[in-house]
This record gives sequence, C-alpha cells and structure tokens, in this order.
Amino acid sequence: MKQILNPRLVIFILAIIFGVGLSLPSLFHIKGPQISLGLDLQGGLNLLLGVKTQEAIKSKYSSIASSINYEAKKSNILLDGIHSDSESVTFDLIDTDEASNLSDILNKLDGIKIESNNNHYIITLTPLEEETIKKNAISQAIGTIRNRLDQFGLAEPSVTQQGKEDILVQLPGIKTAEEEQRARDLISKSAHLQMMAVDEERNARVQTMTDLEAQKYGDVILPFANTAEGGEKILLKAVPILDGNMLTDAKVVYDQNHQPVVSFSLDSQGAKIFADFSGANVNKRMAIVLDGKVYSAPVIRERIGGGSGQISGGFSVEQASDLAIALRSGALLAPMQVLEKRSVGPSLGQDSIKASMIALASGFILVVGFMIVYYSMAGVIASVALIVNLFLIIAVMAIFGATLTLPGMAGIVLTVGMAVDANIIINERIREALKAGENIVRAVHLGYINASRAIFDSNITSLIASILLYAYGTGAIKGFAITTGIGIIASIITAIIGTQGFYQAILPKISKTKHLYFWFGINKKD
Amino acid sequence: MEIFKKVKILDFVKYSKYGLILSIFLTIGAFVLLFTKGFTPGIDFAGGSAAQIRYEQNAPIEKVRHLLEANPQFKGVQVSEFGSKNEILVRIPYTQTSADGNLGSEITKLLESTGKFEIRKLDTVGPKVGNELKQKGILSLLLATLAIMIYVSFRYEWRFALAGIVALIHDVIITAASVIVFDIDLNLEVIAALLTLIGYSINDTIIVFDRIREKMLTQRTNNIEEVINDAISSTLSRTLLTSLTVFFVVLTLYLFGGEIIVGFSLPMLIGVVFGTYSSMFVAPKLAIIFGFDIQKYHAKEIKKAKKAQEKKQLRQMYEKGRV
Repeated sequence: MKQILNPRLVIFILAIIFGVGLSLPSLFHIKGPQISLGLDLQGGLNLLLGVKTQEAIKSKYSSIASSINYEAKKSNILLDGIHSDSESVTFDLIDTDEASNLSDILNKLDGIKIESNNNHYIITLTPLEEETIKKNAISQAIGTIRNRLDQFGLAEPSVTQQGKEDILVQLPGIKTAEEEQRARDLISKSAHLQMMAVDEERNARVQTMTDLEAQKYGDVILPFANTAEGGEKILLKAVPILDGNMLTDAKVVYDQNHQPVVSFSLDSQGAKIFADFSGANVNKRMAIVLDGKVYSAPVIRERIGGGSGQISGGFSVEQASDLAIALRSGALLAPMQVLEKRSVGPSLGQDSIKASMIALASGFILVVGFMIVYYSMAGVIASVALIVNLFLIIAVMAIFGATLTLPGMAGIVLTVGMAVDANIIINERIREALKAGENIVRAVHLGYINASRAIFDSNITSLIASILLYAYGTGAIKGFAITTGIGIIASIITAIIGTQGFYQAILPKISKTKHLYFWFGINKKD
Repeated sequence: MEIFKKVKILDFVKYSKYGLILSIFLTIGAFVLLFTKGFTPGIDFAGGSAAQIRYEQNAPIEKVRHLLEANPQFKGVQVSEFGSKNEILVRIPYTQTSADGNLGSEITKLLESTGKFEIRKLDTVGPKVGNELKQKGILSLLLATLAIMIYVSFRYEWRFALAGIVALIHDVIITAASVIVFDIDLNLEVIAALLTLIGYSINDTIIVFDRIREKMLTQRTNNIEEVINDAISSTLSRTLLTSLTVFFVVLTLYLFGGEIIVGFSLPMLIGVVFGTYSSMFVAPKLAIIFGFDIQKYHAKEIKKAKKAQEKKQLRQMYEKGRV
C-alpha cells in the first residue's frame, strides 16, 4: 500500500484539486477568483490614449508666468513683456533697482533655471523637473480618469499605463454610440479651468486682429464656447489670473432661471488671488475659460471674497453634472489624444465565445477520441491529464486575474494540441520498449526517461518564446503568450509528472498482465 | 490500435536532396511574393478604421459603397463582404478626425436608409500605434529566435542550432507568403500565428534532433546519414500522429472559428504542414551541409566522458585519502 501514494501521484492529485477547485468559480460564476473576459469576448470599448506631455510642460510655464506676474505686482516690481511658451518664460525687468527683490521671488520657485542678460530674464525648467512633470502628468491622468469613471458609474472600468506615455482605458458594457460619446468626453476633457482678464483697451478690434498681433500685446484670442466656429471671440491677457489647480470643489446648482450651472470653490490661495484681482478691477470683465473656450465674461461689480464662482453655459443637466465631475476630479495636466479605439458589440463577443467554444470542444473530443482509440487505457490516462491541464490553465489565470481574450482562446486550443504531443511521445516510447521485449515496469520507466528529455527540451524552447512574447508583445500577442505559457507548464506537470505517478501506482497491478492491447493498444507478438 | 507495427528505416537523407531543392524553390518564390506583392497591412499596422456591420437581411454592398464614397470624410473607403452575405467590412484610411470624432454614429446616420443593421465591431488605430507594433513585433521575433538558437546550441551543437533556425525561418517565410496568397490582411492574428509556428516548428525539430543525439550516443556508427535515417524513422509515428492532431485541432478552429479568427487559423494550417516537413527533410540535412562531423562529435563526447570519469576518480582518491 505504501507504493500507491508516490510523490508524483501526490503532485498530480494536488494539481487536480487545485485546478478543478479554483476553476469552478470561473466556470459557474460563483464566489472566488474569476477569470475575466477580454473586451473582445464580452463587448465594450477599448481606448488607447496618448498623453501629450509637452503640453504639461507648456502649462507649467504658463502657471510660473502667472505666479511671477502676481508676486511682482504685489511687490510693486514693474515687469514688461511677460511671455510663456512650451520652452521658457521670458520677461524684462523695468525697475532695475528691484533686481534683488525679484530674485527673492524667483528663488522661491522650485526646479527652475534663471538666466538674465541686461535685465532680460529667461526662466527654464531643469531637465529633472521636466521629467518629473511628464511623469506626474501621466500618473495624475490615470488617477483622474479612474476617478471620473468611478463617479460616472460604469461597471469595472480599467485604466492602466501602457508603454511610456500611453494610457489604456477599458470600458466593458458600453453599448450605444451615445454612451460611448459621453464616456469619451468625460475621459478626454482636460477640465482646465482658468480665470483670465479681458484686455478692455484692445478688445474692440478683436474681430480683425490676428493671433500673431494679439501675441505681440501679450494677449490671446479665445472663442466663446456656445458659438459656432468663427463666431464671437474675445481678447484676453495671455497670462491667466489663476489656474484650475487651486480648485477644491465643483457641483451642479441651479441659477435664478432654474438653469443648471456649475459652481466651484477655490482654495485659500486661489480665493485670495481672486479677491485681490476682483477688488482691483471693478467694472472690468473677467473671463471664465475652460479648456481654451470662454464660458462667460461677467463684469466685476465688486470685490469677490469667499473664493467661489459659477460657470454657466446653457448646459443640460447631464452636461453640467459631467463637467462638475471632471472639475472635481481635477484637471488633466496634459491633454490626451486617442491613438487607438476598439469597440466590440456584445453580440459579436457572444459569437466569438460560441465559435471558440465549439472549436475547443470539437478539437478536444477529436483528440481524446483519437487517443483512446489508438492507445486504449494509456489513451484514457493521457486524456485525464489533458482535462486536468485545461482546468489548471483556467485556475492559474483566475488566480492572477489574467484576462481571457480571443487570441488567448486560440492559445488554449493550440495547447490542447501541443499537450497531446507529450503524451504521444511517452506512449510511443513505451510501445517501443515493449516491442523490444522489455517487461512492462521497465518499459514504462524507459518510456518516461527517454521521452522526458525531448519533451523538456521542446517545452523549454516554447516557454522561452512565450516569455519573450509576453514581455515585448502588445494586446493580442500578450493574451496568446499567457495561455500558451501557462499551458506549457501545466503540460509538464500533468503529462510528465502526473501520468507517471499514476502508472507507478497501478504498475504492481498491471506488471504481469497479458492484456497489452487493453493497456497500451498493441499486440506484442506480430 | 497500431498503424506503425514495425519501424521501417527509410532513406530520408536521400529524399532530403529533393526536399532541399523544393524548399529553395519555395523560399525564393515566397521572397519574391513578399517583396513584389507584399502584405496588405490591416489597420493594426497601417492605421485607419474598420467597421464590421451586420444586416438583418443580405447586405446591400453596392449601395453602402455608393453612400460612403459620396461623403468626403470617407475618402478611400473599401467595402467588402465579411464571412457571410449579411455581414460587411468597411475599411477607412486614417484621419485624426476619425480617431477623435464619433465614427460609429456617423456611419449609422449615413447608412440609415440601407436597412436594419448593427455595428458589431469598430476599430480605429492611429499610425503611431502601428509603428510601435511593427518595432515590437520585429524585436520579439528576433529575441525569440536568438534565445532558441542559444538554447539549442547549448543542448546540442551549434550546427544543429543553425540548421534548426534556418528551417524555422524557411517555415515562417513560406507561411507568411501564404498569407499573401490567401489575401489575408496582416494584422495581430497573423502575427500570433507566425509566433505560434515558431514554437511549434522548433518543437518538432528538437524531437528529431533529440533522437539523432540519442542514436549517435548508443550506436557506435560513424555514418551520420544512417543515424539520421534511423532517428527520423523511429520518430515518424510520433511526428505524424502529433502533426495530424494539431492539424485537425487547427482545422476545427478554421471551420468553426469563422472569419473572426481566420487570420490565425489559415496560416497555422499551412505552418503545421511545413513545420512537420522541414523537421524531417530540411533541418537534419542542413546540419550535415553545415559540416556536422560525427567523428569529432564522438571524440568530444568520449573526451567529456573521460573527464567526468577522471573527476570521479580524483574525488574518490581524495575522499579515500582524507578518510
């Protein structure tokens, strides 16, 4: 009895318990680790977004310019021609006596290099700071998108970084074009809120002014949000009064006409800047700009303390609430661009599952039927190993939360074919030894020894290929590499270790059998 | 059941001559196809959009083509049948607006008059992604080949490794050419098929090589051709059984997987045939051509065995001396 439970058989039994036990939740949708279906199998929207990190640098320069402008005004230092672009902030110091005061202000800013030549200043970011800003822009974008999608109420959205500057967003269960549009708007909205002063002196000429001319005055021309292209425009001071990162909250409220508007609050610093500016500019206009579009430009009646404001723009309730979500979850430091968009309707997903299930089942029946006809009992044993192999793939994928995709299904179908190879090699070797006149115990032993070497070599090479595919491949290739990689390891466990353990356990029983045809499908004497 | 009752030793090396000629012929043909006609890049590589549309009745292809072509936004549109009479595939070249805008609702609006339909799949891929994919694809292919080469050199002999890799490239090139012949777009599924083929083909070759090595060590003959014939003959039953089962599994995938996965299943069908053929008729012969010398191999093995023996003796002496 001692021989029955050999270590190999124990491993095989453990593999069976592990494989079957942990794949049940996925197969019957009960509680436990589940395999998740890729969007190509369940339907949904797949977006690959590229983050324009250069824009984050540009907006950092713009906000540096804002703060220099504000601090300099507060300390009564006269600056001229303050200008920011995607490479630097430049300005001229008029009050040369104030140079030391100015450098006090500048020294308070982190991560910048200051060059000055005859009172012309060029401020640039250090390379390290640029790298940090880019990295922040991506990680912040991932966080923000996740936040927005959570509040949007979608089931299990997934937002992950892919490559260096790309973000992969997967939204299962998006079905209609409207839902898709709404989700995409929510994701890609920068929600970059700015307060800008209107250049009242020159605004009268705005319709005839070119962008270049505006730039010369340190201004910028922006369109109103609710008008069509080429419609109403307004001339604004290019350096904003304050930036959206001082925003603390945003919610939907209704104005006196019962129209939905978005009300926002600013943090203490923002509130102070807001109050100072409004106090000094009574009867002038201040524009509320969101993502480069002007929503309103109300005339300031009095100093606005308390640090809150409103954005009105003829929103629907839905639009207002999406905008509030976007503002509340923070601005994106850099705008994003859709690099790849894949959407699969639920009916196609179901068809794909059905087709691959049919292929898997028929391929499986074919293989099992063939093995049993050809090898008799040895074929039955091999088939059991094959079934355990399948369970193991599902179980391991469920534990690691891997996603099963259509190419992954193809990988499983192929693994079935490959795992059979190991069993065929073993059985052929056993048959060879039996024909050479060895007794059964020795034949099985020799069969495994000789077969293992070849199987090991061939599986290792396949495994190396799978690992490389997983490491360097994308999407479809990765999914395929996962299932074949797991399948190969599972096949080593079930085919080489598992079945041998089983033979070792039953060998005492069959060692003297005359029924070679029953056990291995051969006639010894021919 | 038995098909191969007795191992009959066939002269594979002799037939390999013809096999090699056929292979050179096919490989040159495949290269010509690859460089003249070339792949039709699918949207995964070229960028652009592809919409899979299913009608409730037969799809009015002509009408759809007409409606889409009339719209400047769909310049260069291609409309083709996809799998069944009900389903069509619309391919649109890449523009930034198609990535940012909502292509789905625009197509729906334009085709409203053509009958009831459903957009089952809509993919848009930017050109940057395609380029990245190309680079990553080539990189992973090269690395996989290199890794296999190193492993096989380590386990066997470098001429065997080289022969295996050349046979592998032969299989991949011919299969890739078949993709052109069958007019399949080059997309991710095709790449997956080619990558699978690499694993499968080297598998097959290694099983044969393993037998050759075994025969070389057990049979003290210095005739490499004899060894190869013997090795391929004794693995013949296994090779055919495995290839046939894999072939049938892939065939069911082709028959039932349908149009969705044809880019994977069809090249695989071709690849399995050539992978099996090359491991019997191309790879072993190549090892001889590359100058594999069985006498030197034996000498080396004897030297290795001697060294191991000496080490063992030395250790024994050492242990005895200490005890």
